[in-house]
Amino acid sequence: MNKELFNEKLFSTLDNGEIENSRDWSNSVDPSCNYNDVVGLLKSWESLNTIKLDYIDSIVNCLTDAGKEVLKNGSPEARLYQSLTAEGMSPADANKQFGASAFGSAKNKGWIEIVKGKILRKAESIVDTVKQDLEGDLSKLDAKILTDYKKARFVEEKKMSFYKVSKGEQYNKRSKELSDLTTDMLKDESWSKESFKVNINAMGLVPESGYRHPLSKVKNEFKQIFLDMGFEEMPTFNFVENGFWNFDALFQPQQHPARESHDTFFIKDPMTSHDFTDEHLERVKKVHSVGGYGSLGWIYDWKIEEAEKNILRTHTTAVSARMLYKLAQNGFKPKKYFSIDRVFRNETLDATHLAEFHQVEGVIADVDISLSHLIGVISEFFKRLGIDNIRFKPAFNPYTEPSMEIFGYHPMLKRWVELGNSGIFRPEMLLPMGLPENVRVAAWGLSLERPTMIKYGLDNIRNIFGNNINVNFIKNNPICMFESK
Amino acid sequence: MPKVNINRDHLFKRLGKVYTQEEFEDLCFQYGVELDEVTSERDMILKETGVEDKAASDEVIYKIDVSANRYDLLCIEGIARSLNVYNGKLSIPKYHIVPPVNGTHEKLIVDKSVEGVRPVIVAGILRNIEFTQETYDSFIDLQEKLHANICKKRALVSIGTHDLDTVKGPFTYKALPPKEIKFVPLSQTKQFDAEELFNFYDTTNSHLKKYLHIIKDSAVYPGIYDSNNVLLSLPPIINGEHSKIKLSTKNVFIEVTATDRTKANIVLNTMLTMFAEYCKIPHSMEQVEVVEADGKSALYPQIEEKQISADVDYINKSIGINIQPTEMVSMLKRMSLESKLSSDSKSVTVSVPVTRSDIMHACDVMEDVAIGYGYNNLVKEIPKTHTQGRIQPINKLSELLSAEVALAGFTEIMTFVLCQNQDNFGGLNKVEDGSSVKIANAVSEEFTEVRTNLINSLMKSVVSNKAAPLPLKLFELSDVSVKGSTGNKDLTDPNSNNSDVGAYNKRMLGAIYCANSAKIEVIHGLLDRVMLSLNIKPDTTRSGKGYYLEIGTDKVFLPGTCINIIVNGKKVGYMGIIHPIVLKNYGCPFPCTVLELEVTMDLAKNIIYQD
Repeated sequence: MNKELFNEKLFSTLDNGEIENSRDWSNSVDPSCNYNDVVGLLKSWESLNTIKLDYIDSIVNCLTDAGKEVLKNGSPEARLYQSLTAEGMSPADANKQFGASAFGSAKNKGWIEIVKGKILRKAESIVDTVKQDLEGDLSKLDAKILTDYKKARFVEEKKMSFYKVSKGEQYNKRSKELSDLTTDMLKDESWSKESFKVNINAMGLVPESGYRHPLSKVKNEFKQIFLDMGFEEMPTFNFVENGFWNFDALFQPQQHPARESHDTFFIKDPMTSHDFTDEHLERVKKVHSVGGYGSLGWIYDWKIEEAEKNILRTHTTAVSARMLYKLAQNGFKPKKYFSIDRVFRNETLDATHLAEFHQVEGVIADVDISLSHLIGVISEFFKRLGIDNIRFKPAFNPYTEPSMEIFGYHPMLKRWVELGNSGIFRPEMLLPMGLPENVRVAAWGLSLERPTMIKYGLDNIRNIFGNNINVNFIKNNPICMFESK
Repeated sequence: MPKVNINRDHLFKRLGKVYTQEEFEDLCFQYGVELDEVTSERDMILKETGVEDKAASDEVIYKIDVSANRYDLLCIEGIARSLNVYNGKLSIPKYHIVPPVNGTHEKLIVDKSVEGVRPVIVAGILRNIEFTQETYDSFIDLQEKLHANICKKRALVSIGTHDLDTVKGPFTYKALPPKEIKFVPLSQTKQFDAEELFNFYDTTNSHLKKYLHIIKDSAVYPGIYDSNNVLLSLPPIINGEHSKIKLSTKNVFIEVTATDRTKANIVLNTMLTMFAEYCKIPHSMEQVEVVEADGKSALYPQIEEKQISADVDYINKSIGINIQPTEMVSMLKRMSLESKLSSDSKSVTVSVPVTRSDIMHACDVMEDVAIGYGYNNLVKEIPKTHTQGRIQPINKLSELLSAEVALAGFTEIMTFVLCQNQDNFGGLNKVEDGSSVKIANAVSEEFTEVRTNLINSLMKSVVSNKAAPLPLKLFELSDVSVKGSTGNKDLTDPNSNNSDVGAYNKRMLGAIYCANSAKIEVIHGLLDRVMLSLNIKPDTTRSGKGYYLEIGTDKVFLPGTCINIIVNGKKVGYMGIIHPIVLKNYGCPFPCTVLELEVTMDLAKNIIYQD
């Protein structure tokens, strides 16, 4: 369609009044144009409030295809009349050529007669009123005649909606905004004549992509913090551990409740470990059963069988113990270690407990490391997690002394929450390993899931880790960044 | 951590001060206990039964969490005593032994027959005690608390307390066949033999039922008898009605039986020291002579104070403070520890009261100084330890690969390592080959093995997300564990993978595509992308450098669709269309295609610069 022409006609008409019927108007401007395009054009002006459209529904009588044929070539009876020659025509041929009704109508009008089985002209001349009627305004025809034409299928009723067009509230606004720029617009430079506007109330298209799990996002931030602080990652890819490295080497007595089956997963196959250490074993046995290194010891009958039992590690501190032992073997050097990996507890699942979760652990080994150092480094660590108000509560842990629970004032939750545990490893753990006497090792630990739950506002751990996680949850959450205080 | 229920008003009366809750919480925090809950008897009944009991007391009860190693804080007596000393309102109590009233010690003779059942017994006496209803209840409660904690539900240790004036020594500790043990147990009126009694507790679902297993299968049951053969108690189950203590009891005989002597002594000493303050001579106790089967005898309780020394310098350096030795002595005093300085003031020696079995090394003394000083009064110091940050190469590689796979349109999942047998074998159409790590004592049927593969985890996640729009594209890059050894037993090698335990982890990449058609080219495309990321090129000539595919036969895949992935001539994983039987096993109605490959540093050879 010629938009310019329609726009020009539209506004010149509206300048002087209204358009009663958009269809008629469209026909009058350009009968060959598609009315739907015209409606599109009108609607786009309406959306700018330039014009006002009133929708009107009406029933109109229109010519059928047969009716249009009449307009072109006359009514069937007229065509029959015109075609008659002096020899006449058999009624069968007439029916065949002009339809069943032509003969009857022509006869009724007295235009023809039957002579010896042949149709002959009777009237000198005829006036084709049907054609005249259909050429004229159908709405002005006599109702009875109109009904006849409908029966003859020259005319049919059609629903014809149209718009009444009048000036809009912003009649003078004549520029239209587009939301899209196309290659065609670049080619024909039509973009320069357009103005653009995009919809800010709808959501955009969801990008096609993969997503990282929230625990990974938080884990990566934690790792970055440790790296920034000069910590070295420990190798933790061993879920199966033995009682020795998980408990005994840490000076955790064999009757300790944590070693009971309701806390620890014991392994049926492979059930036991052997040769997991050297003379170290004898020193560990001694410090448990009779004491030593300035310690009274736990004083009980230490059994190698307990140490040999395989378990799923209950904490990554088992790995820390292996690493510290290695450090003692290789000649002590100051170290800062960290790890973030899975640990296992034989617990029934609920909103805050899983049978497996991730432990975050930091360890510092150096000469004369003090409790003030531990408090300092933990404070620095949590500062980088955005928590700068922390305090420490005396606590008990079989392998650290002193032991402290870490509490932090959470800026999002606006209350004190327990953040983790910490302490200085007992000499009964370090000295049997062969570490120098003035070397002290401080450590702290927390879970990865809890800060992740706080960060992402979740109250059920089962919604973040496990086999039944909703993929939509993974897809719909922000990146993780902590504000370093 | 053990919880102790304490009547708030009674506690405040003992502390000589009415605290606001906040003040009290603060005091607890500094000392190292925690006010866990504020409730009342009525509230507790309501919570437990859902019924309001108007008859129950609505006096405020504080539930206090105490450290698992502080048995001396398991009753109101101990908590109040410790806090009063901490607050400087009370001097450190001196527990002491008084000579026997009759001139000779009560005797307890151990018979050989108990050797195989419950060999250890120790005992002690509280003379001229004055109980009130409150202190009597506390006395009973402490026994329960000790039984639940250090006594390991009576299996390790159990306590019997008796009115000494109702029985007559010497006492005998011996084991007899159950049928021969006849007595009226506590709270009963008729006589039972031990076998009947066990049946009775078992069938009436008594609260004692849970202890029966400790000795039930023994041929003989241990018992303590007086000289008239009156049974005092049948440990670790019940005492006799005859000798039961009452509010009016004046002299209390406490016997403790056990399988571990150290723990038995701790329990006996705790019972005596906590309640000796109600004796006519406060903090005093009388010893009992225990004659062992071999004729050797010893007096109990043994309450000599252990002496533990710590260097002043060590304490200061370990805490990161610089206080005078005399200040240390006063810090320790707040923590109920009497101490003396050496003549040169270079070390401090603590006389450890019998109540503090947790103190066994100089570091324990150091801790008490630190608590006395206040953890939150310490200056925060960053250690000068100069080290370099470093990440495990395999974790670095895993992280980079995870990012690539996510960029390729797959969503990361994190699932449990724990699974069941069918997830390692049957469910995946595989035959059990003994390669999986199996758990002996799982509480949940779902967690009886460690996963050997990621396919089961991927299938479970797809099924949990059946309702999500297809296609689902998920991946996990995580560990599995298998039995065996990598052959590297060098303990000092961090990559030894702990071969000494007979199982090791493998780092795996698993990805799944789930849609209305299996479209193996999607997963195949991911493999190509991963290989491209690792700079591993297609090995079209099968030269042993790069990667190529070959048709495999693993039954987890639809026959004909299993593709083995060969990198540098070695199989590193496989991919294929999941077998419809496996889909059915996991309840998945849609076709799935899976890739699983082991991620090792070998894969990173082409992206790491090597000289």
